[in-house]
Amino acid sequence: MNITLSITKTIYEFLAGYLSNDAANIGTMVTIALIYLAIFAVAGLYLVLLERKVAAWFQLRIGPNRVGFWGLLQTMADALKLVSKELTGTVKADKFLYNLAPYFVIVSSLMALAVFPFTKEFQAFDINIGVFFLIAISSIGVIGILLGGWASNNKFALIGAMRSGVQTISYELSVGLSLLTMILITGTLQLSEIVEIQKNGWLIVQGHIPAIIAFMIYMIAGTAETNRAPFDMVEAESELGAGFHTEYSGMKFAYFFLAEFINMFIIAAIATTVFFGGWLSPFGITESIPWLGVFWFMGKTLVLVFLIMWFRWTFPRLRVDQLLTLEWKYLLPLNLLNIVLMALIVWLNLTIQF
Amino acid sequence: MDTTTVNNFKSEEYFINMGPQHPATHGVLRLLLTIDGEIIKKVEPDLGYIHRSIEKMCERDSYQQIVHLTDRMDYLSSHINNEAVCLTVENALQLEIPERVKVIRTIIGELTRIASHCLWWGVMGMDVGALTTYFYGFRDREMINDIFEETCGARLTMNYNIPGGLMFDIHPNFVKRTKEFVAHFKTKIPEYNRLLTGNVIFQKRMKGVGILTKEDAISFGASGPVARGSGYSCDVRKHHPYSALDKVTFKEALKTEGDSLSRYEVRIQEMWESLSIIEQLIDNIPEGEHKVATKAVIKLPKGEFYQKVETARGELGVFINSTGTKNPYRLKFRSPGFSNLSLLNHIAVGGKIGDLVASMATLDLVIPDIDR
Amino acid sequence: MTNEALQNIISSWIPELEFTEEDSQFLTIIVKPEQLHQLMSQLKSTSETNFDYLFCVTGMDWGKELGVIYHLESTTHRHIIVVKVKTEDKENPTLDTVSNIWRTAEFHEREVFDFFGIKFNNHPNLKRLFLTNEWDGFPLRKDYVDETNMIIK
Repeated sequence: MNITLSITKTIYEFLAGYLSNDAANIGTMVTIALIYLAIFAVAGLYLVLLERKVAAWFQLRIGPNRVGFWGLLQTMADALKLVSKELTGTVKADKFLYNLAPYFVIVSSLMALAVFPFTKEFQAFDINIGVFFLIAISSIGVIGILLGGWASNNKFALIGAMRSGVQTISYELSVGLSLLTMILITGTLQLSEIVEIQKNGWLIVQGHIPAIIAFMIYMIAGTAETNRAPFDMVEAESELGAGFHTEYSGMKFAYFFLAEFINMFIIAAIATTVFFGGWLSPFGITESIPWLGVFWFMGKTLVLVFLIMWFRWTFPRLRVDQLLTLEWKYLLPLNLLNIVLMALIVWLNLTIQF
Repeated sequence: MDTTTVNNFKSEEYFINMGPQHPATHGVLRLLLTIDGEIIKKVEPDLGYIHRSIEKMCERDSYQQIVHLTDRMDYLSSHINNEAVCLTVENALQLEIPERVKVIRTIIGELTRIASHCLWWGVMGMDVGALTTYFYGFRDREMINDIFEETCGARLTMNYNIPGGLMFDIHPNFVKRTKEFVAHFKTKIPEYNRLLTGNVIFQKRMKGVGILTKEDAISFGASGPVARGSGYSCDVRKHHPYSALDKVTFKEALKTEGDSLSRYEVRIQEMWESLSIIEQLIDNIPEGEHKVATKAVIKLPKGEFYQKVETARGELGVFINSTGTKNPYRLKFRSPGFSNLSLLNHIAVGGKIGDLVASMATLDLVIPDIDR
Repeated sequence: MTNEALQNIISSWIPELEFTEEDSQFLTIIVKPEQLHQLMSQLKSTSETNFDYLFCVTGMDWGKELGVIYHLESTTHRHIIVVKVKTEDKENPTLDTVSNIWRTAEFHEREVFDFFGIKFNNHPNLKRLFLTNEWDGFPLRKDYVDETNMIIK
């Protein structure tokens, strides 16, 4: 049995020894799905703990440190608590939609997680329209939010869901356009090839000025997409209770909650792959040991996750109309100009290559 | 059918309750909002959740006991509330208060004002979404609370002022710790400004929001930083000085725009002025007695007495009508929050819900002060 | 402006007012309920007096009479004056509202209505303020009895 970094191939060959080819295919897919589900769950839990520790650090506190060494088992305890809660439902809520809504959000996050290259061949699904696929998938999450707000039969939830829907749809444009700016340099949408191209230098260095502008716009738009502060009017606690997930409790609430953190991770992971070289080490120091790529990838992603968390605990919240003005009147024209600028730079061969 | 019921139920308008339990603080205030989409049409406050009939109790209690009731009203300026009642009683009895007492009362009053503004700043940040400011504000307020705990024995409801002076003399460490605090806090206010005041998002949330003109401020009886943010010079410490306030020089913080940002900046400026007042007095506390002997049962002469003081919220007035017995015949507290709350409907109508939250935070309401 | 000058100006508008300065640090005017609104609007609109800041409205139960005490201040001249109005009718006491002169009176008069039962004519929204709508009686009156809640020494 050949254990390579390509887990798909490894599992397929392992199963093909015991089953027929079709069954081995299906078996591979199921196993990979379960592995990623496990990664999703663990990653989500530890991101929540990381957020609490980072928040505590900013607020001159310590954060959870009782449950387990350094609070490492804290989120496990929280998850157990959430699982044991009663699943309430409102009387006049539309039962089918109410129960369906959390699944939309989770499924879209999981599908997005599947296409990332964690290292050289460690990728569940290397599709040739990688970036396009990612942007399309993140749009599906909006459906879950709108369904959740509507089906709860609650004025506050509805207002929250409407605000969130408007916000997400507007900022998807900026996310797409800023990623498009970088595709102008790479010429390909496939994620593993984008990382290969960055062996000549990270894309943010190759594209210098327009790439830096694209990165900043991407971070702002990415934070807004996932409804995090300073764009979290949706869940503005000081105003309207808890927004679109007011009426959810127990496991369903946990789904929404985890999905928010996984989305944040996905935004950071996309930024790492497209701007900062994915799993490549800087200046190729550990190129001969491919499996170290996982650590480089996770390290870079966690730095960006920390940056997103830093935004949340520092800035006040934008009002809904200010949020939309920011997108439509400022970010969108800037993005379009940036694309023209990047096109000029690529055409005139002014990119910095190593 | 009267017009108020008809107005509340037009078909496109929503009727929302910002209920007595707020995720933000402010206390137990219920606001009935009538909104149309995001625009507010009417705000009606519903009070009485923490009404404890303090005024009726005062008709039954002795004057020393009344002082203990006052710090439960506006618990963030408890020393200044106590001082108000004590000054009314002392002026009625025409007692000669020692200089030492007056200076200490002023210093403690200004420390209370700074503590109240620290909490206000922390909560202000939290209301607009910057969740970290709460902890920074409380970190500094804890230092003041520690000073008070050493001298008075309590951190929130102090009861240190009594009719005739102070309950006991100040602790020997009081002067040293206050000076350390002043030096520490002078480095913190610029930090507050860097974190919140200068932030572009914050400025856009506050500028031009909740505008209150000077004529409206006077007509609604606003006082304190709310009125000073609109240009009405109403600082009781300047116009009707009491205790040692006529001996210190300080500027009155005034701004003319009348929006939420100017009310915010008035309070930040007031923190600087309070620091300056403390510095002028802390080194020269005169020696002397810490109280004047009064009879065990205080009886005010027949008549009506009124005393104004400036709390952190605005002008607190104490009106005592006495018939010569040992309890007041009628005691009325003119609370600053009561008049400040009445203008909430006026400044919030036509704005959005986010603006209502920001404006309400700049009004700095403490509901026990309003409900008494 | 001194109390004497104020007294001269004000008594020239309405002759039957009572002025007193004993028992109080401010000049006190006692006015009849029918002339209350006229006196108040003149106190605000005349530029020599210019009492535009109403800072305290106190309901009072004098035993045989109910009434209200208004403390007024001028923002330009900085003088303070007190106006008292009494009514003997304890079954259905009514006075004119001054909320069309000073908007702060809207809330203050609701409080006086809540605790004393004094109704104000032409008030935009006269409802109870602190107590619930079903409350029986007016607590701050001297003859209010409530065996369960009041502790009398």
